[in-house]
Amino acid sequence: MTHKNFDAIVVGAGMSGNAAAYTMARRGLRVLQLERGEYAGSKNVQGAIMYANMLETIIPDFRNDAPLERHLVEQRFWIMDDTSHTGMHYRSDDFNELSPNRYTIIRAQFDKWFSRKVREAGGTVLCETTATELARDSSGKVIGVHTDRAGDVIQADVVVLAEGVNGLLGTRAGLRETPKPENVALAVKEMHFLPEEVIAERFGMTGDEGCVIEAAGTISRGMPGLGFLYTNRESISLGMGCLVSGLAATMEKPYDLLDGFKRHPSVRPLIAGSEVKEYAAHLIPEGGFKAIPQLFGDGWVVVGDAAQLNNAVHREGSNLAMASGRMAAEAISLINSRGKPMTKHNLSLYKAMLDKSFVMKDLRKYKDMPSLLHTNSRSFFMTYPQLISQAAKNFLRVDGTPKIEMEKATTAAFIKARSRWGLLSDAVRLAFAWR
Amino acid sequence: MKTAIAERIEDKLYQNRYLVDPGRPHIKVRPHQSPSPNLLALTRVCPANCYELNESGQVEITPDGCMECGTCRVLCEASGYIEWNYPRGGFGILFKFG
Repeated sequence: MTHKNFDAIVVGAGMSGNAAAYTMARRGLRVLQLERGEYAGSKNVQGAIMYANMLETIIPDFRNDAPLERHLVEQRFWIMDDTSHTGMHYRSDDFNELSPNRYTIIRAQFDKWFSRKVREAGGTVLCETTATELARDSSGKVIGVHTDRAGDVIQADVVVLAEGVNGLLGTRAGLRETPKPENVALAVKEMHFLPEEVIAERFGMTGDEGCVIEAAGTISRGMPGLGFLYTNRESISLGMGCLVSGLAATMEKPYDLLDGFKRHPSVRPLIAGSEVKEYAAHLIPEGGFKAIPQLFGDGWVVVGDAAQLNNAVHREGSNLAMASGRMAAEAISLINSRGKPMTKHNLSLYKAMLDKSFVMKDLRKYKDMPSLLHTNSRSFFMTYPQLISQAAKNFLRVDGTPKIEMEKATTAAFIKARSRWGLLSDAVRLAFAWR
Repeated sequence: MKTAIAERIEDKLYQNRYLVDPGRPHIKVRPHQSPSPNLLALTRVCPANCYELNESGQVEITPDGCMECGTCRVLCEASGYIEWNYPRGGFGILFKFG
């Protein structure tokens, strides 16, 4: 006979799982956290930028001992064609504040630290343990999990599914669907190591200041996609992500796209002479608001990437994960402290908290963006970048051609590529999806 | 502009740390006559190049270099062409940086 061992089981030790486990353990709940990797972080991949505010809400003094790489003072957005980039560049000394707003991190190290915090708060963390199936009673209520370790079902009042974008438990139990190819991007990433002072010099940084580059354009060969370059203390995270549906349709190889990005004349000098020490791949939820599944039920809640909580427009994911993990934990703690059962009705408190927060408000704002980028991907990721590059070149090149003719050539190129009506409708649709 | 020869994927995967579970592949391709478009796409789209066409035109998998991203699951699990599981606890890819 099995008995109830824990108040809550958290499946997964990523951002959302650690946030949930820590918050519940701090509030005195008996928490068991399961992680299939050798250590927390060994299966986790992210760019990675960490937004301080959402972690501060959970661990206010995290800056004392969390492994942080560089705090970001500069952001570059690049529109690229094959030989050029047209960029927007924001740098501010205001980001050199006492409590910086964003940092680059290395997930394997950061997650190990976060997991240590969970243990210190009293949570039980069991690594090298893959949860294989949810256990449910005859009414369908989730009552625990089966694992690949010998032994009975591990029982708890509630299971927090923090199992990531490719989580099997919730999908196998029919609580949500497996992500669709058009709703997930495959990102591949390399870690390029360079001496700290070389990185500082190349990007114009002092101390632990950091810089971020996000790039879109012909590098994704007409597919919805994005390249990125993040400076860490003594390495550069360099990656490229494209929608899985786009990759399957074009049969492009993800590492060929990444190689193309690396060899681009704007990127190559930034990583010259680096030593690559790891190659990673990971799916990113891109479906936005419309892809969010049912978030709670009898005996379960789902958080983070598993719940598709990712803001693709602003490239925010781990902060939504931490926020959702914390809110799920707060809802569970509250229900527990009132001595109430973990029913679907009571756990709807979690959804109510999410709805009130930036998480759902931001995702709702951009609910039409994913479909706009899908249907117009060739325009947005191929035609416009080429036109923008041509326009900038026309503007800058001095060769005796009168300026009025240059301007006419630029305008004509835009109209030829997209037509007056096409340009107007793209602008209107973009404005509507953004507002 | 086409550039020089792309880097070999094997050289990239060589940087990674894996603990292979011998004789227990976590992903299997179901027997098939000819591959569906999505199954065929895996021979190009898999970021670890785990899928290959054999001489008789069927898709085969060697999951040793798998990074457990789930792309193949998203493309092919629903159609039943592949069987997808995570490796046993502790096995598979071990990211040093992630």
